[in-house]
Amino acid sequence: MVYLTRKIEFSASHLYHNPAFSAEENRRIFGKCNNPHGHGHNYVLEVTVGGDPDPATGMVLDLKELKEILQREVSDRMDHRFLNYEVPELAGQIPTCENIATVIWRLLEPKITRGSLHRVRLYETPDLFVDCYGESNGAGAAPGVSR
Amino acid sequence: MNLHLTRRYRFAASHRLHSAQLGEAENLRVYGKCNNPYGHGHNYVVEVAVSGPVDAATGMIANLTGLDAFVEREVIEPFDHKYLNEEVSGFRERVPTTENLCIEIFNRLREFPSAKLERVRLEETSMNSFEYAGEPAGSGR
Repeated sequence: MVYLTRKIEFSASHLYHNPAFSAEENRRIFGKCNNPHGHGHNYVLEVTVGGDPDPATGMVLDLKELKEILQREVSDRMDHRFLNYEVPELAGQIPTCENIATVIWRLLEPKITRGSLHRVRLYETPDLFVDCYGESNGAGAAPGVSR
Repeated sequence: MNLHLTRRYRFAASHRLHSAQLGEAENLRVYGKCNNPYGHGHNYVVEVAVSGPVDAATGMIANLTGLDAFVEREVIEPFDHKYLNEEVSGFRERVPTTENLCIEIFNRLREFPSAKLERVRLEETSMNSFEYAGEPAGSGR
């Protein structure tokens, strides 16, 4: 099994607010992220696909194909968008890094037909990221992927 | 969904690699420059990974404010701008290699109340790093 990782960046705004909480609770739980005008990040997404190289091409999957999938499924949906209002897959959810990574996993997983999606890593800042392994346990994760 | 949330923190500290179980010449041979009796320092980067279910009301595995405060209290405050050999309990007996530091940090963080501690990754410099995820269940350690 070989793991390959492709990285993209997108910029988007969001805010954290749960209508079930009072204004005071929202401020206490979400802090600055509760600013009603929103704020933004330069997200960095690393997508890791695992598989055996095709003997004829030497590739797990064609990076060009993966690049197009990422453009269509992620960049076109999320880049330069206000995630709360413009991404239907996040409707009714707080657009935390956890929830965005989960949405990205669900968008990508059925589209990757050569090899299989191993990990979605989403950086909100260089000091905060979430790894999504789908339903599998990430404990057996490939060492050193993407670093 | 299996999700791990990782946060990076930084501290700067000095140490000296010297084992009481080895002679002077042997220490110098094993640890080289790191055996300098005056010590030396690094800018360490700690990555703390936690896992758990995402709270539907907040969208979070753990509130970062709580994680930051816990790591600050358990690791950053006691380690930052310290001489690890003398000022951090545990390193009077054990050599403060990055391996041992990584294990010590993991053990200090394992009681984080809001999520399961998955892994600690420690960069001593940007060129080397160490990871510890605890011992497998039933290994008796």
